[in-house]
Formats: sequence, structure tokens, C-alpha cells
Amino acid sequence: MSERVAVRKTYKLFVGGKFPRSESGRSYLVQDSNVSLASRKDARDAVVAARAAVKGWAGATAYNRGQILYRVAEMLEGRREQFVALGVPGDEVDAATDRWVWYAGWSDKLPQVYGGANPVAGPYFNLSAPEPTGVVAVVAPETPALLGLVSVIAPAIVTGNTVVVAASPTAPLAAVTLAEVLATSDLPGGVVNILTGRLSETVPTLAAHMDVNAIDLTGVTDPELAADLEVKAAENLKRVLRPVAGGHDWSADPGLGRMTALLETKTVWHPKGV
Amino acid sequence: MTATATSARSDLSELGRSETALRTFLHGLPGVDQVGAEQRAAQLGTRSIKTTAKAEAIDLAIRMVDLTTLEGADTPGKVRALAAKALRPSPADPSCPHVGAVCVYPSMVPHVAEVLRGSAVHLASVATSFPSGQAPLEIKLADTRAAVEAGADEIDMVINRGAFLAGRYAEVYDEIVATKEACRDAHLKVILETGELATYDNVRRASWLAMLAGADFIKTSTGKVPVAATLPVTLVMLEAVRDFRAATGRQVGVKPAGGIKTTKDAIKYLVMVNETVGPDWLHPDWFRFGASSLLNDLLMQRTKLTTGVYAGPDYFTLD
Repeated sequence: MSERVAVRKTYKLFVGGKFPRSESGRSYLVQDSNVSLASRKDARDAVVAARAAVKGWAGATAYNRGQILYRVAEMLEGRREQFVALGVPGDEVDAATDRWVWYAGWSDKLPQVYGGANPVAGPYFNLSAPEPTGVVAVVAPETPALLGLVSVIAPAIVTGNTVVVAASPTAPLAAVTLAEVLATSDLPGGVVNILTGRLSETVPTLAAHMDVNAIDLTGVTDPELAADLEVKAAENLKRVLRPVAGGHDWSADPGLGRMTALLETKTVWHPKGV
Repeated sequence: MTATATSARSDLSELGRSETALRTFLHGLPGVDQVGAEQRAAQLGTRSIKTTAKAEAIDLAIRMVDLTTLEGADTPGKVRALAAKALRPSPADPSCPHVGAVCVYPSMVPHVAEVLRGSAVHLASVATSFPSGQAPLEIKLADTRAAVEAGADEIDMVINRGAFLAGRYAEVYDEIVATKEACRDAHLKVILETGELATYDNVRRASWLAMLAGADFIKTSTGKVPVAATLPVTLVMLEAVRDFRAATGRQVGVKPAGGIKTTKDAIKYLVMVNETVGPDWLHPDWFRFGASSLLNDLLMQRTKLTTGVYAGPDYFTLD
């Protein structure tokens, strides 16, 4: 018997529910593993995939979306050891799992809390309901690698948005492994797309892209870059979530802010007594 | 190639006089190497066209678009809007060229003619009981005449696939000749509906048959059957028009239609035209795209090249 040949893993992108290599064919080394170095065309392809997924995901019932997010938590729990092996502390994996469950619960409650009937001076029912804004570009925070990533993806998708995530360049292994969790969680392809590589290549493309509806700059640490991205995003009036000055406390209660920042409000007037 | 097979024939126009002569000629055409054609088409599709060459290709492709709407739900308002878009595809950008033609059903021709009058955009109408072609000849001819009288200067006819597949080549030939006559000054495009012809050999035969009968253009598909234009089918048709010109001196245009939705697809076709028949065909008079959603993608790519920012469909008209 010859000795078994080691199965070496290449960490690929996650686009449209599949794991393609970068179209540029490039990769870079992180913790002795090859990780795809996404190009601006990969960013473009990811937006196409995210846009294609909007209709089905936003159209799914809140109940169904909540179930799928809970399923992500189940799968993440099952892969705990894998994340620990990558250097993610066990507590953080647990906190990330709990965060999926927490957001899963909000899927059918947020419209009740955030929408409702408005009092108007006329014979009308006037109702406001939150609606997903569409495709959201997200710059994931560098640390904590897993909890930070989950804390930016979950609030965006729970309401029916789809996301293109630029993973942290220094901690992409947790992001690609999370993609493997998502791929086995009944999450429709294209709802979450993850790009690894240099932020300077992918994020300006996403910020300027006219078919992206919002951008979450949480992971941008350079204030000048953040300002530049915000200027680019203004071209088509993207909703912008600014990075928190002085860093973000990811272990604190997340609150509703990250969900409501990526929503639009639909208001309907309906005649009464007809 | 087929040019050598036909060079011995001094006068191809005699062929239409008898069924036997037509059959002998069409079945004497060399067979198409299926694997070769598919590989050649796939190989040409890998060319990388960038920057200024891409900008030029996009503008050329826009000029070649036959902006098409062939729905039962077409209304005068919808086709007028489409015609207005054909004249000024990108209203904010005066440097954007107009499209080649607008292609509609005969009953919509008068409404489009109103908008296009005096412009360089052609007005194409499908005719001869599009898309099936299963109607008596008199009805098909009346359909054609009505479209021409209403103002169409290009007619897209369908061949009688039933007759072609049954081997009644003379019947197909005579129908094309009769339709050509009914067209008067209008250009005649002959739709082969390659998705129903089953083999590349049949595509080559149908191409020659249409050209012999007087077609000004040969077109792949109606867009109404599952298999529409493909690169290999278009390659076979391009070879046919090249060989036909070598044999007779008459140049015939080619129009792939159906399923061409992206700029990338369109550029693949342009590369193939250039490599197969040469730059003589790289002009809207000799090559057209039958398409509807392609135009928006071309406009988005054009915007990307001028602004450097990826465009979104929210900023282009729905049609």
C-alpha cells in the first residue's frame, strides 16, 4: 500500500451558490492555504448572481426565511470543530450560532415592530410595511472573523435582501468555510455571495455599481477609503451604513439598526367603507 | 469547400426549373463536419475583445440590431415606444447610434412607420403566416403584400419547413420566389428555422435553397421554438453566403435571431463574421441581430465603457 496523498484544499469564492475560482485565476496564501484573489469581474458576476436571487428570496415568506436562517445555525453548530481548527475560538463559534438564531426569530416579527397602520385624516386605511432594498454590498469586519461576518450577513438577508460580501483579506478562511455552511443550509444560490481578496479591487467596484442598492462599510478601517466609497455610492443614492468610529462591540446586543438600515418602507392607502 | 463544388455550374438560376435538378444540387453539397463546426465556433468564441475594439464592436452591434417585438400582446403604443427607442436607444447620449431596424407583426407596421418616417432605421415585418408558415400560399402572399403596402421595407418570411423536410424542395423554392415578387422593392429575409431542421447538412441545403430563390438575407430562427440561433448554425450559414458569393457574385446577408441576449454573445458573432466571411459583412446591410433584450445589455456595456462604472437595468427602459 502506498501512502495516502494529502488532499489539499483551495479556498474558492462563493458566487451564485457555487464555488468558482476567481476568473482572473489568481490566488494568495493565508495560513498556508491558497485563497482566491477576486477581481473586479468577479465582483460584477457576484452582483449579477445576487440580483437574480432577489426575486425568489424577497418573495419567500418571512416564515420560510426564518427557517432557513435557523437551519444555518444548525449546520454551523455541526461544523464547530472545523472553525476551531481554523483558529476561531469556540466561544465565538457559539456566539455566531446564537446570532443566526436571534436574527432567524426576527424574520416575521420585524414587519410587526417596524411597520403598521398610520393614523390619517381621511376615509382611508394607511399601512406601512418594510420591504427589502435589494442587493447589498457588505465589507466584512476583520475581527472577530466569524462573529463579525455573521453579524453583518444575517441582518441583511433576514429581511429579504441578497448580499455580496467582501471578506476580510486577512481572515478569509472563516468566510469561505461559512460559505460551505450556507451552501448546505437550503439557502437559495445567490442570496449570499462571498468574495475573498483585496478590498481595494472589489469594494470600489461594488460601491460604484449602479445595480447595487445599499452598501455596508462596517469593515472599512481607513476613513479616507470609507469617504471615497461613500462618494461613489452616492451616484445612485445607495443606502450607506458607515463604519463605527472606534470599532464595534460585536458581543453586545445587536439591536434592530443593522436590519432597519437596509429596508425601504412601502406605504399603501386603501379607501375605507367602499 | 462548396465553392469548388459549384464553380463548374455556369448558371445556378436554371436549378429552380426542376425538382430533380434542385435535389441533385442540394444533395451534392458537401456535408458539414459537425464536430469541426462546433469546435471552430467554440474556439472563435474565446477571443478577447477589449477597450477601443470593444467600444467599436458595441456600436456596430447596436447598428445591427433588429429591435424585435413579436408578441400576441403587442399594442400600437408598445410598438411606437419601441420605434422611438430604435431611433434614440440612449436618449441622454447623442453619440449612441440608432439600431438597424424595427421588426414587428404586419398589423403593427403602420404604427411603427409613423414614428420611423424619414429616418434611416428600416422597418421589418414578419410575414407568410409567421411563425409556423402553415397557411395556403395565397394567404402568405397577401400577408406579405399587406405588410409592404403598410410601409415595411424588409420582409422576414418563414420557409415551409414541412415541405423542406419532406424533400419537396421545388415547393419551398417556388414559395420564396413568389414571396420575393410580392415584396417588390422590399428586402426579403428568409427564416430557415434551423431549430426545426435537425442537422447542419439541412441548414446548409436550406441556406443555398433560399439564396438560389433570391433571398437578400438568410435568418436563423423565428425565436418561437426552443432552439434558436447558435454559433455553429450561424457559422454554417456564413460559409454558405461566402461560397454563394464566390459562385455567383451576389452577396447575401445573415441574421441570427433568438437567444442572443448579452454583449458577449453579440461580440462572439461579430468575431465569427470577421473570421469566416471577412469585413465585407461587418455592416448592418449584411449582418443583423434579431433581438430585443440584447439592446439594453449593449447600452449597459456602452455606459460601462464611457463611465467606468457597471450599469444597472433600473436605468434603461423596459420593453
